[in-house]
Amino acid sequence: MSKSGKTIPVLTILVFIVAIWYACVVWMNAPFEFDKAERLSKAAPTFSELVNTTMAQERPVLPAPHQVFREIYETTVLKKVTSKRSLVYHAWITLSATLLGFIIGTALGIALAVGIVHNRAMDKSVMPWVITSQTIPILAIAPMIIVVLNAAGISGLLPKALISTYLSFFPVVVGMVKGLRAPDTAQLDLMHTYNASTAQTFWKLRWPSSMPYLFTSLKIAVAISLVGAIVGEMPTGAVAGLGARLLAGSYYGQTIQIWSALFMAAALAAALVILVGVAHNYILRRMGEKPGAIA
Amino acid sequence: MTVVSAQSLSLTFQTNDGPVHALQDVDLTVSKGDFVSFIGPSGCGKTTFLRVIADLEKPTGGVISVNGMSPEEARQARAYGYVFQAASLQPWRTIEKNIALPLEIMGHSSSERVERVAKVLDLVDLSSFGKKYPWQLSGGMQQRASIARALAFDADLLLMDEPFGALDEIVRDHLNEQLLQLWERTDKTICFVTHSIPEAVYLSTKIVVMSPRPGRVTDVIESTLPKERPLDIRETPEFLKIAHRVREGLRAGHSYSD
Repeated sequence: MSKSGKTIPVLTILVFIVAIWYACVVWMNAPFEFDKAERLSKAAPTFSELVNTTMAQERPVLPAPHQVFREIYETTVLKKVTSKRSLVYHAWITLSATLLGFIIGTALGIALAVGIVHNRAMDKSVMPWVITSQTIPILAIAPMIIVVLNAAGISGLLPKALISTYLSFFPVVVGMVKGLRAPDTAQLDLMHTYNASTAQTFWKLRWPSSMPYLFTSLKIAVAISLVGAIVGEMPTGAVAGLGARLLAGSYYGQTIQIWSALFMAAALAAALVILVGVAHNYILRRMGEKPGAIA
Repeated sequence: MTVVSAQSLSLTFQTNDGPVHALQDVDLTVSKGDFVSFIGPSGCGKTTFLRVIADLEKPTGGVISVNGMSPEEARQARAYGYVFQAASLQPWRTIEKNIALPLEIMGHSSSERVERVAKVLDLVDLSSFGKKYPWQLSGGMQQRASIARALAFDADLLLMDEPFGALDEIVRDHLNEQLLQLWERTDKTICFVTHSIPEAVYLSTKIVVMSPRPGRVTDVIESTLPKERPLDIRETPEFLKIAHRVREGLRAGHSYSD
C-alpha cells in the first residue's frame, strides 16, 4: 500500500536530479571545450555541439551519468572479479573491513551498554568518554590507528576494521542503553516479585525490550562502518578498496573513476542498510509485533 | 491463621520538598482466606502498603510479617502473586508464554509449565486465547491474563493493585464477579486496592478505609454479606449500609487532612 504510494514521488525526484545533473555536465564541462576551440583557433562551438562534446570528455570536471554507469558496467560485469581493475574486487576489500568493524563495533557497543545499565560506576563514568570519542575527527584518528598498529606488526584488514569499529560502536551504545532501560517500573517490579536474578531479568526482559532500539542503531552503525572503512583506506595509500580508488582517481584526475567508486560505495551502503532492515523486520515479526507497527 | 500482620507500620519518603508520610502507624491483620480491600483517596498509602507487603518498598518504622516471615523472605519464597494496574504483559510473548514467565524464572519443568498454564488459563476463562499475542486481546482479557500469570505459581496470597481501574464499568462488573468465583474456588487470600466503594463492598470480607497525609487506617469494616454474592446483592439494604459506612469513613478521613 505505502510502497506503491512512494514509487512515483521517488521516481519523480530521481528524474529531476538526473536532469539537473545533465544540465550541470554541459555547464561545467563547457569551459574546457571553449578553451580547446580557442587553442585550435576554431570558431566557438554551438550549443548542440557542446551538448555532444561535454558528455564525451575523457577527464570531465563532472562526468555524465551514462559515462559513470558505463564505467561501472565495464569494471564490474566485464572484468574478472579477481582483477585489480574490477570494482567488485575493490568493493569486496572495503566490504570485508566494513563487516568486521561492524561486528566488533556492535559487540563492543552492546558490552558497554550492558555495563552502563548494570554498573553504577560505569553509568557515571563511561558515557562522557563515549561521546568525547566521537567529537574527535575520524580523519585525524585514522592515520594514527594505522601507524600504531603497523608498528605493532598488525596490518591489512584489522586496522581498517578498527576504524569502522571506532565509528560504529557509538550508535549501538546509545541505542542499547536506552533499549535496555526501556522496560517500565511495573515490568521490573514484576521480575522483582518473582525473585528473578539479574541475569534472568536481563534475558527475559531487558534484552527482548531492547531489540527495536538495537536494530535502529545497527542501521546507522552499518552505514558509518562503511564510511570508516573507506576513510581507513585513504591515509595509508592503500592499493585496494573503494577508498584507494577514490584517492587514485583524484591523483590522476580520473573523475569518472571517482564517481563510479562513489556510486559503488553508496550502493553498498544502501544494500547493507536494507539487509539490516530485513533482519529487523524478521526478528520483530518473530517476536509477535503487531503488523503495521514496523516502520 | 495470620497471613499479613502489621504493627505501627510507617513509611516516610524523603523528597526534595521534605518528608512525605506515606504510611503512619498502620496496624492491620489479614487472615488466611480473607478478601481485604484497601480503599481511600489518592495518596492515602493503600498502594504503598501493598508494595510493602510485596517487598517493593521498605518500611521506615514498625513491624510487618508475611506468612510469619519478613516481606523479603516471603518474596524469596515466592509467597505471593502481584497484579498491577496495567496488565504489563510482554508484547513479544504469547499469552501462554506470558503466563509461563514466572514459571520459567522459578525453574519449573516445561511439562509442568504447560500443565499449569492450561489450568490457570481455564480459571480465567481464556483457554482458547493462549496462542494469541497481548495486542490481539481486549483490555479486560489482558488483565485476566495478568491475573492468570499471578496465579500460575500457586502462591496463596494475591496482591492486586487497582487491577480493574483502567477498565469500563461493564467489564469491571464482569471481572469482579469472576474474581469472586475464582477466590471461592482457589481459597486464596487476596489484598485488593481500589478507588471504588461498590467494588470494595461487593468483593471484600474486610474493608480497610484509609485517609491521606499522613496515610493511615481510619476504619476497618468486617463485611456481613454472605460469601455467595450475585451482582444484584448491590441493591440490598445490607450492601448499602456497608457502602454508607465506607463513605462516612472516607469523609471523616478527609476532614482531618485539609
